[in-house]
Amino acid sequence: MTRLTLVRRLWSDSTLLRHLLVAVLGVVAITAVLTAVSDFRSVQLAEMAYLGTAAGGLTVLTGLNGQISLGHGALMAFGAYTTALLLPDLEASTPLVLVVLAAVLVTLAVGSVVGVAAARLHGPYLAGATVALAVAVPGIALFYKQTLGGEQGIPVVLPPTPQWALDAGYYLTGTDPSRSKFVAYVAWLTLIATFFLLANLSRSRVGRRWRAVRDDEVAAELAGINLGRARVSAFMVSAAAAGAAGAMLAISVRLAAPGSFTLTLSLTLLAAVVLGGLGSLTGALLGAALLTFLPQVVTDLGTDAGLDNIQAAELAPLVYGLVMVLVVLLAPLGIAGTLRSLMLRHRHQDRHRGPTQTTGQTTVQTTGQTTGQTTGQTTPQTTDQATGPDTPGAISTTSKGTSP
Amino acid sequence: MKRMLTMTVPISAALATTLVLAACGAGGRDDDDDNGDGGGGATAPGVTEDSIKIGAHFPLTGVAAPGYSEIPTGAQAYFDYVNAAGGVHGRQIEYIVKDDGYNPTNTSRVTNELVLQDEIFAMVGGLGTPTHSAVVDFLNSEGVPDFFVSSGSLQWGDNVENRPYTFGWQPDYEIEGKVIGQYVAENMPDAKVGLFLQDDDFGDDAEQGVRQYLEDQIVGVERYTSGNTDVGPQVAGLQASGADLVLGFNTPSYTALTQLVSLRLGYTPQWYYSNVGSDPTLVGGLLSQFSEGAVEGSQNSLDGILTTEYIPGVDAPDDPWVQLWQKVWDTHGTQGDLTNYRVYGMSHAYAFVQALQAAGEDLTRDGLVEAFEEAGQDLDGPQLAPYRYTAESHLGISGLRIVEINNGAGEPLTPVLTTDIGDAEITEDDSGQADDAPPESGIPE
Repeated sequence: MTRLTLVRRLWSDSTLLRHLLVAVLGVVAITAVLTAVSDFRSVQLAEMAYLGTAAGGLTVLTGLNGQISLGHGALMAFGAYTTALLLPDLEASTPLVLVVLAAVLVTLAVGSVVGVAAARLHGPYLAGATVALAVAVPGIALFYKQTLGGEQGIPVVLPPTPQWALDAGYYLTGTDPSRSKFVAYVAWLTLIATFFLLANLSRSRVGRRWRAVRDDEVAAELAGINLGRARVSAFMVSAAAAGAAGAMLAISVRLAAPGSFTLTLSLTLLAAVVLGGLGSLTGALLGAALLTFLPQVVTDLGTDAGLDNIQAAELAPLVYGLVMVLVVLLAPLGIAGTLRSLMLRHRHQDRHRGPTQTTGQTTVQTTGQTTGQTTGQTTPQTTDQATGPDTPGAISTTSKGTSP
Repeated sequence: MKRMLTMTVPISAALATTLVLAACGAGGRDDDDDNGDGGGGATAPGVTEDSIKIGAHFPLTGVAAPGYSEIPTGAQAYFDYVNAAGGVHGRQIEYIVKDDGYNPTNTSRVTNELVLQDEIFAMVGGLGTPTHSAVVDFLNSEGVPDFFVSSGSLQWGDNVENRPYTFGWQPDYEIEGKVIGQYVAENMPDAKVGLFLQDDDFGDDAEQGVRQYLEDQIVGVERYTSGNTDVGPQVAGLQASGADLVLGFNTPSYTALTQLVSLRLGYTPQWYYSNVGSDPTLVGGLLSQFSEGAVEGSQNSLDGILTTEYIPGVDAPDDPWVQLWQKVWDTHGTQGDLTNYRVYGMSHAYAFVQALQAAGEDLTRDGLVEAFEEAGQDLDGPQLAPYRYTAESHLGISGLRIVEINNGAGEPLTPVLTTDIGDAEITEDDSGQADDAPPESGIPE
């Protein structure tokens, strides 16, 4: 019993260890999953990983710092083009790790410039400015056609899978890991590393400053927080995640072309964040999973139901839109946010069931009656919980409530 | 101290899991046996005793969908027609079409799905230059035959060594540029020529061809980016350059847009539009749509304009090939009328059936490519000029004829002219391809 309490206390006290453990478990899990699934699923998982990485960065920016960005797709383009320029053919000798780092650094630089501008803007003006970014960036590739390949983009040639990776894969599974599995593994490692850093950052002093700025600017400034610096740093971190995601997109799609980084991509990322739950990394991952797997499942269902190809293809955006509307209507905290508030309520009940039998029962009854109106009731209480990027422990560190 | 110890429990659990996973693995590596590519043997992916699975990516939704989404419906109708007659070598053709919305990222996704999940035997007719560029190397590295890319870019056929599995089909943009270039040089030697080009392989390849003949006559070159619908500056630029003949290498939307803008500017040069951008019915519809009814577009809107033809289209209902397509569409088509896009789909479906027949009963991926390289040049079909397929070139139809649109139908101005890329001469076609008729059954023999 005491042992369990100790573990639990350690679990909530030591953020770093907890996140490290989750990261290690993540690596183990993804190794197991990638061993088991087909090549095609690995490709889908890679797609989920890069969408998730970018959505994770965006959820930190929007959920924790309260800035909206409709231009994260454009930031991914910087990562992707950097990757493409560094991996032009099989003779390219830059190691993959350095390529990804370069992509992150370039995007970070761009992000800091955009961040400086963004820090001065609010609400619709910020949204407008970032939309401009999303619209303008693909134009750069068209204008510098000689170096950036214009409309057709530049192909990305992934260097041969390193021998040690082949050996490791062979050691684990008995077959040489295919190209798509290797790419999926790299993409997931990037996602796990990014999420680990983002989770730690948001639980640190930096993260608390971001939240303070989001909740009440005046209070934050009185507390000695430099508003501009906090905003710009949030934008930079978020951009760096988008850069890593762009690099993964490039090696996964094997092409960096302006057509991949339209406004639609930026909106897709925002959709992933909203679907999953604002401010939650788990939510970003869930949203990315939904956006990756939903279209294919729906299209296949449509084809099986006897629709012709065009109708089946048109079904996917329809269902996607409906899911979006339903989530916003029925679970305004997003999937992860709603799950967490349910879990918290459950724990709350457990705690109160102890002393007298009657109290416990009333709680259960009340909950039973109000399930229909759950959302309306829980929103004000749980806003903060939903914005913590991890575990219920977030409550203790978040600020006291939404500003009026 | 005790706390530290307890913390190690989950970590050691994780480690143990890793070790168990590792133990489940095969351990060391045996002697390397070179695993062959997926195509060898009688067990080619996607092929069974009685079926062949093939796939394609097309824009079924989004801006590029009008027109282009009809191509696979045509191909599907022809494959159904062949299946109804017993298929090829007793195998029914199963044709899977995926929507890529003309976005290269989606193309990559759906191609992965087709190759890795659906395990298609071959890709047939995947559409678009930027979209197909995203997957062409993947298809070649996987050894998937990539037949009849629906695009006239040179890159599908001019480097067989790099892309041994990819074949073009329609005449490439360079030979189209050469043919119209020579026609203008001979028949309109005083014309001041302006070029209106799509800013990718389409415009670049065509310009290369045109310049071989018209270097001295060109007074202005304007380019547009696909997706940007404001072509005012380009048309004004052509007008300012004094061009009285404009050669447009653009898609149908931009044919409609340039017509509307030049109407507004009072600019009336002689227009030539590439085959790609000159479907009278589609452009007529787009004209009404873009001008919100101010210009009443019909199939006659493009009358007097020059273009090219390489297969007979719905404007020639008496052509025996078009009669066959009409029959196929009436018996196996879906809703709507036969259109030039459906004819295009049926024409390359016809060619693919020929390729399957040439490959024989023991169907393998490499066997299909080899057989087609050997037989390709002699195949009869709806195309007006013979194919160029050999082991050295995977470029498609070798020629076309220049026509003037009149009442929505093309009236030939030249015989069928054939040539090849580079400085190959342009000659009159003597193969008789333009006058042949399909076999009685409608299925290649």
